[in-house]
Formats: sequence, structure tokens, C-alpha cells
Amino acid sequence: MSKYTTIIGLEVHVQLATKSKLFCRCSTQFGAEPNTQTCPVCIGMPGSLPVMNEEALNLALQTAVALNCTIPPLTKWDRKQYYYPDLPKGYQISQYDMPMSEHGHLEISDSKDRFETKQIRILRAHLEEDAGKSVHDEVAGRADSVIDLNRTGTPLLEIVSEPDMRSALEARAYLDELKLLLTYIGVSDCNMQEGSLRVDANVNLHIDKGGEKIATPIVEIKNMNSFRAVERAIEYEAGRQYKVWQETGAKLGDSPKQTRGWDDAAGVTRGQRSKEESSDYRYFPDPDLVPVSFSDEQVDAAKASLGELPSTIRESLQSDHGLSAYDAEVLVNQGRTLIDYYQSAVKVAGDAKGVCNWVTQDVLRVLKESDAGIETFSITAASLGDFVAKQKSGELPTARGRDVFDAMLEKGLSAADAMHSLGIEEVDDSELESLCQSLLEANPRIVDDVKGGKQQAVGALIGQAKKQNPNADPSKVRQICLDLIAKM
Amino acid sequence: MSLIELSAAEQSRKLAAGEISSVELVQAYLDRIEKYDGSVGAFLRYDTGRAIAAAKEIDKRRAAGETLGPLAGIPVAVKDILAERGQRTSCASKMLEEFHAPYDATVIARLKATDAVLIGRTNMDEFAMGGSTENSAFQTTQNPWNLKCSPGGSSGGAAAAVAADFAPLSIGTDTGGSIRQPAGFCGIVGFKPTYGRVSRFGLVAFASSLDQVGPLARSVEDIALLYSVIAGHDPQDSTSLDKPIEFATPIDKPLEGLKIGVVAEHFAEGLDSEVESAVREAFATYESLGAKLVEVSLPHSKYAVATYYVIAPCEASSNLARYDGVHYGYRSDQAKLAAELAAERAALEEAGERGAAEDLDTPLVRMYRKSRSEAFGPEVKRRIMLGTYALSAGYYDAYYLKALQVRRLIRQDYDKAFAEVDVIAGPVTPTPPFELGSLVDDPLAMYLVDLYTVSANLTGIPALSLPCGASKSGLPIGLQLQAKPLAEETLLRAGHMYQSATDWHTRRPPL
Amino acid sequence: MSLTSDDVEKVALLARLMLSPDELESMTAEMQQIVGYVDQLAEVDTTGIEPMAHAVELRNVTKDDNVAPSLPRGEALANAPKHNEEGYLVPAVLGD
Ligand SMILES: [Zn+2]
Repeated sequence: MSKYTTIIGLEVHVQLATKSKLFCRCSTQFGAEPNTQTCPVCIGMPGSLPVMNEEALNLALQTAVALNCTIPPLTKWDRKQYYYPDLPKGYQISQYDMPMSEHGHLEISDSKDRFETKQIRILRAHLEEDAGKSVHDEVAGRADSVIDLNRTGTPLLEIVSEPDMRSALEARAYLDELKLLLTYIGVSDCNMQEGSLRVDANVNLHIDKGGEKIATPIVEIKNMNSFRAVERAIEYEAGRQYKVWQETGAKLGDSPKQTRGWDDAAGVTRGQRSKEESSDYRYFPDPDLVPVSFSDEQVDAAKASLGELPSTIRESLQSDHGLSAYDAEVLVNQGRTLIDYYQSAVKVAGDAKGVCNWVTQDVLRVLKESDAGIETFSITAASLGDFVAKQKSGELPTARGRDVFDAMLEKGLSAADAMHSLGIEEVDDSELESLCQSLLEANPRIVDDVKGGKQQAVGALIGQAKKQNPNADPSKVRQICLDLIAKM
Repeated sequence: MSLIELSAAEQSRKLAAGEISSVELVQAYLDRIEKYDGSVGAFLRYDTGRAIAAAKEIDKRRAAGETLGPLAGIPVAVKDILAERGQRTSCASKMLEEFHAPYDATVIARLKATDAVLIGRTNMDEFAMGGSTENSAFQTTQNPWNLKCSPGGSSGGAAAAVAADFAPLSIGTDTGGSIRQPAGFCGIVGFKPTYGRVSRFGLVAFASSLDQVGPLARSVEDIALLYSVIAGHDPQDSTSLDKPIEFATPIDKPLEGLKIGVVAEHFAEGLDSEVESAVREAFATYESLGAKLVEVSLPHSKYAVATYYVIAPCEASSNLARYDGVHYGYRSDQAKLAAELAAERAALEEAGERGAAEDLDTPLVRMYRKSRSEAFGPEVKRRIMLGTYALSAGYYDAYYLKALQVRRLIRQDYDKAFAEVDVIAGPVTPTPPFELGSLVDDPLAMYLVDLYTVSANLTGIPALSLPCGASKSGLPIGLQLQAKPLAEETLLRAGHMYQSATDWHTRRPPL
Repeated sequence: MSLTSDDVEKVALLARLMLSPDELESMTAEMQQIVGYVDQLAEVDTTGIEPMAHAVELRNVTKDDNVAPSLPRGEALANAPKHNEEGYLVPAVLGD
């Protein structure tokens, strides 16, 4: 038994994939020259006013229903007030006490069974505007910081989980599943490098001390730039908190919530200075924006627009296609376009397992090697399906599958054309029998060996048969030879 | 009759008929500005060359037979709180002294589109906070009727400009009476439309849920003319109303059968007797015009000032957070700040107060604090402080939330009253214009001047102030008319018919 | 609720203002007076009364998701007290 349980809640900010910003018409395109995508509204210039982007609302609604959230009939905008140079208005337009969605859940599971399948509750998901970026001169330290407001006003959805995760592994699974879901429904590209997905973790411990359960103070960890970093930071932080508890005995409630930053290079979390007043955000309803109400029709339409979600597909791949949990996960994790590819191929092939094998082993390997997506893959789903169907019917000998696949891949051929180009055609049984007959006559030693009980000796004949006729099906050659020897 | 004595509507007719030119008209006003604004101080800025050039252009286009807008060639003065592309928009604050807006406010765009001549920028209380225009960082505006008196505020420059015949029309803004009170003090007409009628886009925000742009002029007829130009839906303002602004009945339709509410609570203690008698005389005039007086009650009106002075500062504290010396506006000298901080740190460390030295502001925080403290005037600071306090942890429910609830009760009072009457009439202010300097040291007394005007902002209803008398010392007294939301038509009709029976609005100050 | 100069000083930091000792004294007195006046709201029975944050009750005002040109960078930065042609410059935010 472990000395403690780690309690983890995650706050995930995702940029929604709108073309324009949440309250103005500036572009949200990543990577532009600093301060070239701003206007009076997102600079917060005197007199400017925000008007809400309807697409951001639609994407947020789709996400919320995909996360099984309740959509309240009315939601509103609030101002979260604090001073920071990348926040030009002195407040962030966000949602405080009436978020656009709440009380959802996301199921996580592990195909390697390292933890039990469980539902992570979602406390709320709300819309807000992103801040700009401050670029610090790390070396000089004392030099001015440079502020770029291009990102200011980009729509963000903040998804707050309940503290339902119990290990770094579960936290990772939650993030993987969430990212998968968001990319499946197409509301965000979830690119962590470009900042379109950001994670903060709230971590504390429940320590069992002689039957008494003690909770340590909650720490919020920031600055984690990858899912791997989240795992490492949580693991580190759990250990650190246990050590601190052993030294000081500090419990939850003894001190205000602390914020610590993750230092990825050093592999440690470090305390961040925060003034006492900084947490007094003085939220109040934004008088420049009016409340938003969702009709039942809108919520239903959002649900209908989602298509199949990863969890549903995973389920059906196992129950309807007979795939293993592991294979289902591998396929689903590749994203919606690969699933579409797989499903189209299966329709043609009528052999789910066969398509799965070729996709998970060969197609994915090729994609990985060429660092390409399935969209540009040279074998179409229909071709692959046809290819697998031909193998299943025996028209294409299993042993020649790889050759045909390679030919299809390199020359963009259909399965039939590839077979033709390789000269693969089914060999007539009588032709095969006369081939075997002549081989046996030429190799009396092998016949003797087999008769003497060494059945495997016939294997040498298969190689010779293939030399004389590459289309000869090895298993058939083997069977025919054995039959002929038995009659001798 | 000289050009400047004509109403804007008449000027427009003469311009259209080719009887006068815009250059002549604009020059006549500029002459008066040159002559008298030195003593009145209505304008923060005006540009003779630019105004004349604009007038010339209009005359040229008219001569070429172009169809021009309804205000073509007519000078309009604008309160220095509306963004105009390439122009300074200072809000009478040191904070925005050098701020040049890169865009046009919707109201400015509409004025430009209607070919008005923007003659100058009028003085105001800093960020529209105040009722005397004494809170301007740059200059004092004098009441044209008595230069020792305040023109009111915050649109004091806008009102004084019309009263002194520096422009036939001007644009003001009204958050708690900032159009109506100075109009009343300067003996002209001021109009605050229903909240949402006129776009706030480009209006530098004081209190967003209360701010409304409106016209000032001598006659209700001119008010209607300017209102029809600036009002209307604007997709750039989320709180803009998408409702037609055209009037179904002409404003000169007789008032027969109109029900006018007289509010019992208006005539409680604190109301100056001269104001009371002028207002009661106006009631009599209305009766003579065929209107019927009905007594109504607004039981929560006594809480209006308290409600207002919670909500307005709360919103203001937030709206003015953007002035931090980073993206625009004033910034305190950075080198001086750094030296100051270093000296403070050294002193604390020498005194062995390491903790206090640790707690010192970072250079950035100190830059914010110094910039804001050096560039905001006392009244602005006071309201930022009040609003920050009322929204801070532990006080939100007792102040802000409570005020929002009382606001609803005030609105419910009005809804009940408007079920009985078409218009509510009463005083604009408890007293005639006060002397400059007399209230500056007593903020609460200054706030109480807003007693009759703040309710229209809290409830969003339209309200009109028009001259209805004079004190013994010759200072103007105003009458306020209020109507239910969107009933601008009724309000302007009631105002216009009053003016057709009285001559208070034709009187001019002895400059 | 009596407001002390300590409270006022805390509010001043929250509001990013800095008051001189004289200002602190007068501000405290004025705020006490005004807050004292405003305290009369407590006597109003507001049980069950819906707060009124807006003067008009509008809902669902939106714009479409089409991009429009942004300000040229020069114009965006033109009003900045300090900039380097690319961005706004502020005293180092590190350590805050
Ligand atoms: Zn923008």
C-alpha cells in the first residue's frame, strides 16, 4: 500500500478554432509578426466595445455537449480584473458564476489495464478571451519586456475537472482523451507548441496516518509545456508534498493555495511569488456584453453535429469489428481521418481484422516514416479494402501481400494492377500437381526422409517450387507434395 | 436676425436654398468663439482652418448639385470624449492628453456622413466624472449666464458652447445627468435618449451600463434633428437597440389628453423654492396646453443617488483600469521611478526592515501606480477607489449586488408610474447653477446635485431637460421630462409644445 | 462598516493608485462619508429582487466569424508611451 493518494484536478485552456477573435474581427492565425493582428477592440483602446463571435459560442457549445455537460438556459460575461501588461483592458472577459456549461464527465481507460476505467467529472467549461504575450529579456533581466498583443482576444475554452484523478498516469490519460475528443469534433487543433492547449494542475495528497486521513495544502502547477511534463510535474510534486508534510505537518487550510511553476530542465516545481491582493479579481458582469441564452434546438443541433466520438468508436471497433482493446485504441488515437479511412476500407474488404492489421502495422509505419498524414497516403481506402479482400479470398497469396502492398504504395496501383505487374495469378491445381510431381522425382532423398517420418523435409521443395513458379502457393505445394509422397 | 440666432433647422433650410453658405455660417460661429471663448472656456480645442476647409468643401459639393446630408454645412461641437480618427480625444484628462484615436466613434462617423462641420472639442469633467466641469485637467468652463457660476457638468463645455452661440448643436454624454444638468444650468435643451438608442462605440466609457450619447441645442426641434442623425442601431455596440427611430406622429401634435406625472417625492426638502415655483409654473403651462396632471409616486427615488454612486464607480473602476501607461496614455518617468524604488529599498534595508523591502512594489507595479496617480485627477481617483472597494472581496454583495437590486426596484417604480402617465415632469436639479469652487471640496454635496437625473440612467429611460425659468439673479432653471423606454417621440413632442408656448429657450446670456 | 486608512491603502494598491500621506487622509475621510451615505441601501428590502446589471434586456448579440483587416502596426503602437517598432515596452515583468 502506498503511503498516500495523489489527488489531481486539471484546468485545461484550449483555443477554439475560429478564424477571428472572440470580440473583434482580427485574425487568430498563429505566427504573425508581433502586433500586426490587433485593433482598437483587442488593444482595449478607449471607446472600443466587444461584440461576441457566434462561431466561438458554437464551438464551445459543441465541446460542452461532447463532454456531457449541462447547458444552463442563460449564461453571461464577467470581467476578471487584474493588472498585467499583456492584458490591455486591465480585465479579462470571462465567465464567473454563470458559466456556459457545467457538470459533465469524460471517461478514461487504459488498454494496458494500469488503472480501472473511470469517469472524470467536469466541473465546468467556460469561454474567455486569451491574453497577449510578454517576451522577457532573460539575459539582461533588467531590460524592458516586450508585449505582443496578437494573441489577445483569441477565444479560449477553460475546461475544469473535478479532483478525480489519482495518479500522473490518470492525468495523462485524461489529457490524451480530452485532446482526442477536441480534435475529433474539430473545435481546436490542440497544438501545445503553439499554445492552443495549456494545462494547469491542482495537486495535493491524502495521507493515511494511523487511520486518520490528512489532506496536504493544494498546489497549482503552471508552466507545463507537454503532457509528459504534466506527468513528471505531478509525480515530482506528490513526492515533494509528502516530504514537506513529513517535515512540517502542514495541512490543507493552513495556508492559502500556492502556485508553483514547473522547471522542465531541472525537473522540479518552484514557488512563484504572489501578492496577497492578486487573487481579488473583483469579478462583475461585463456591462458591454449582453447575456446569452441557448435554446433546446441549439443544444440538440450541437449534439447532432458531433458525429461519432472516440469512446463510441473504440467501443464499436471492439464489439462490432472484433478488434482487441489495444488495436481499437491504436486506431482511434490516430484521429478521425484515419478512422474514416479504416472504416471505408473495411466496407470494401469485409474483413475488419485484416484491414486493422494492415493499417496498424504497415500503413501507420509508412506514415510515420514519411511524416505524413493519411490524407495524402497513396493507397486509397477502397484500394486497401480490395487488397485485403483479395487476400481473404485467396486470390492473392498471403506470402505475396507485402510485395503487392509495396507496389501499390510506390506506383499508386490498384491491387489488381499491382498483382498483374508482379505477375501474380492463381496457379491451376493440376499445373501445381505436375510441378510437385517433377520436384519429387528430382529429389528422391527428400521423399525418403518424409517417408522416414521427417515431414519438415518437404520445406526444401517449397523453395524450389517458388523458384520455378513464383505464384505457387506454398501451403498448397506443401499439401500436394505430402499427399503425393503418401501415395508413393 | 443674425445667422447664429437661427435654429439649426432654419440654417439647414437656408443653406439648402442657397441663401447662405456654410463658410459664412461657420465663420460667424468662429468669430464668436474667438471673441468670447476666452472668458467662457467651452472649447478644449477648435481648428479654424479645418472648420472653414470643411465648410468650403460642403459649399463646393452643394454648388455641384450633390445631395447632401441633413446637417450639411452646420457646425456641431463635440464633447472631447468621442473618438475621432487622427484627432486628440483627451476626456479632459492628463492621462489621454496625447491620445490620438485611430478610429471614428459611430456618432462621429454619422456626423461626418451627414456632412456636419465638426467645429471643435468641448471641455468636460475628467472622464465625465463630475457635475461642474471643474474636474477638467486643462481648464475651467464658465457659465455664459454668469461667469462666476459653473455651467454644470460633465458636458459643461457642450452646454456652454450652445448657450454662448459658439455652435447651434453639440454632442454630450450623460451617465447620471451630464447632458441634462448642464443644459439646465445653461438655459438650453439637453436630451438623454433611451439607453441603447445611440451607439456607445467610440464613446470613452465611464460607466458602460449608464453612459448614453445625446444632443444639446436651443430648441427641441433642433434636438430632434440631431437625434435623428446620431441614433440608430450599431452592430459594433452589443447594447445598441435594433429598433426604428422614425417618429409616427409629428412633434407639433397638440398635447390634448397627454397625462403628465407629478412626483410627490420631487418636492421634498432640499428643493430650492425658486426652482420649485418655476417647475410648478411649467406644470400650469402644460395644463393650459391640454395636458392632464396626475400625481405619481417613485418611492425608491430617494435611494437613486446612493444606488448610482455604487454602480457608476464600480463600472468606472473597471473601465479605467486600462489606463496603465502601457499601450497608450501617460506613463510616469521610468528612470525616476527606478531611482525612487532603489532609494526606498536602500532605506528599508538600512533600517533592517527586510520584510518591508521584500514587499516593495516591483518596477512594473510602481510604474502603474505612479502613472495613474500622476495622470488622474482627485475625482477620478475617488471614484476608482470607491468602485474598487465596493467590488472587492467581502463587499460585493453589500454594495454592488445590493445596488443592482435597488436599481431594479427603481425601475419597477417607473414602470408602475408609466402605466398611469405618458410623461413624468419635475426639476432637473435641486438648485439653480452654483458658483464655481463652491462644491469642489464637498464631494457628497456635489453628488447630491444629481438627485433628479440619475434615475433615468439607472433605469435606461429617455429624459429631456429644457429651460423653464430664471432665478432672481437671472440664472436659468430647467424642467426635466422623462418617459418610458423608447418613448422619445412623446418626450420630444411634450418638449416642443412647451417651447411653442414659452420663450425661455429664446433668451440669450449677456456676454 | 468603518473604513480605516489601512483599508484605503489596500484598495489603492488593488486599484494601482498611490496616495501621498495627505491624499490618504483626505481620501479616507471622503470615502467614509460617501460609503456612510451609500450604506442607506441596507435599509431597502431587496429579498427576491433580481439584480439589474443592464439598462436594457438584450440577449444573444453576436457577430459572424469573418476576419477584417487589423490596424497597421504603426498605428497600433502610435499611442504607446514606449515601444520598439514591434511591441510595447514595459519595465521587466519578471519577478512579479
Ligand atoms: Zn482586434
